[in-house]
Amino acid sequence: MIEIQNVRKSFGSLEVLKGIDLTVEKGEVVTVIGGSGSGKSTLLTCINGLEPIDAGRIVVDGTEVHAKTTDLNKLRRKVGIVFQQWNAFPHLTVLENVMLAPRKVLGLPKEKAEEIAVKQLTHVGLGEKLSVYPTRMSGGQQQRMAIARALAMSPEYMLFDEVTSALDPQLVGEVLDTLRMLASEGMTMICVTHEMKFAREVSDRVAFFHKGVMAEIAPPDALFGAPKDPELQKFLAATH
Amino acid sequence: MFNTALTISDLGFLAQGALMTLAVTAVSVAAGTVLGVIFGVVRNQIGPYWSAPLTFVLDVFRSVPLLIQLVLGNAFQSIAKLGWPPFTTSCVVLSLYTAAYCTEIVRGGIASVPPTTRRAARSLGMTWWQDMRYIVAPLATRVSLPSWIGLTLGVMKDSALVLWLGLIELLRASQVLVTRLQEPLLILMICGAIYFLISFPIARLGGYLEKRWSND
Repeated sequence: MIEIQNVRKSFGSLEVLKGIDLTVEKGEVVTVIGGSGSGKSTLLTCINGLEPIDAGRIVVDGTEVHAKTTDLNKLRRKVGIVFQQWNAFPHLTVLENVMLAPRKVLGLPKEKAEEIAVKQLTHVGLGEKLSVYPTRMSGGQQQRMAIARALAMSPEYMLFDEVTSALDPQLVGEVLDTLRMLASEGMTMICVTHEMKFAREVSDRVAFFHKGVMAEIAPPDALFGAPKDPELQKFLAATH
Repeated sequence: MFNTALTISDLGFLAQGALMTLAVTAVSVAAGTVLGVIFGVVRNQIGPYWSAPLTFVLDVFRSVPLLIQLVLGNAFQSIAKLGWPPFTTSCVVLSLYTAAYCTEIVRGGIASVPPTTRRAARSLGMTWWQDMRYIVAPLATRVSLPSWIGLTLGVMKDSALVLWLGLIELLRASQVLVTRLQEPLLILMICGAIYFLISFPIARLGGYLEKRWSND
């Protein structure tokens, strides 16, 4: 369970998160929508401790993320994140990209790490690309590789930060299909996305962020069907 | 055929000089690179403000002519009663000189690795050290290699200046022969050819590694 309690975060004088409360249960899929600069991506990077927070607390399975005693490297094995930019390691092949963390972070033997990497890459449809360098692949393929790389650590939670925003339109589908597959397998996910149709399909709940505040959160039918917040109404009208 | 007074033993003398050039270069480039990597990483980690004193010292080593550094370094070790032989003094000064340049190369190489790539590594649970070792080091090395090869070749040629501390390296050995045999053209051509023979493999190694790392 991920518990986010009254989290505040500023970059300089700009307050990007103004007291966010959100609890995500095991097995739940929560998507976060909202305009640029609404703080949704920042929240994700705070959840696995890549960004410090100014106030409030985030607790993952009883571990307070920003406590001084928390071993963030250990926590991050549990909470995978995939970014808008897929950030392939360009000097490693696709297989090596996915094997690296299981070998070095989990300390698995080479054969075991390779077995996991092949399994995850096959799962996201890249079983044929094992020995290719990532720069030789399309953005969609690289993003799926990044997803496999995160999954290879067997995380219990996955955070997706606008993973399709940097892709050409024709490549968005293959990545969303991968996310749909994960959701159907019961992975606990928080997805920041601009894909409204996708959000509607996979989410248990959808949260709308506006200027650092979670203005509305509801199951997709309610949020898209009968939005209450005036900003959300405007946002949905603009995106349709 | 032209006549020359150059004998086989003279060529052996030149070869000994070349070995001295190689030894001074190898020690200085090795030590200078290790120091440069350490300084470069430190500068990247602690930021420009805290590394200002280090940057200043390295700037001095980059801007003062090497000859002056060698003479002053020798004077210093003498005043401090360190009792260093010329070889040690030469290697220490050349190492610091190399380190000053290498620091900039390393810093640039590290800075060339996108922060988002490093963030991805950390988000997988890698420690700072693992990120440095498995992501930053290989990527920064690829970017830095051409400059580092250039630095190595430069130091190899600059090492001729250690003759002022009395070391008989390749150029000094040539001078000795020129003075004795009065055949400057031939001897300097041989001397230049030897410098080339030393440099060429290093340059080719650089080209080979670049090609190998280009993922093609």
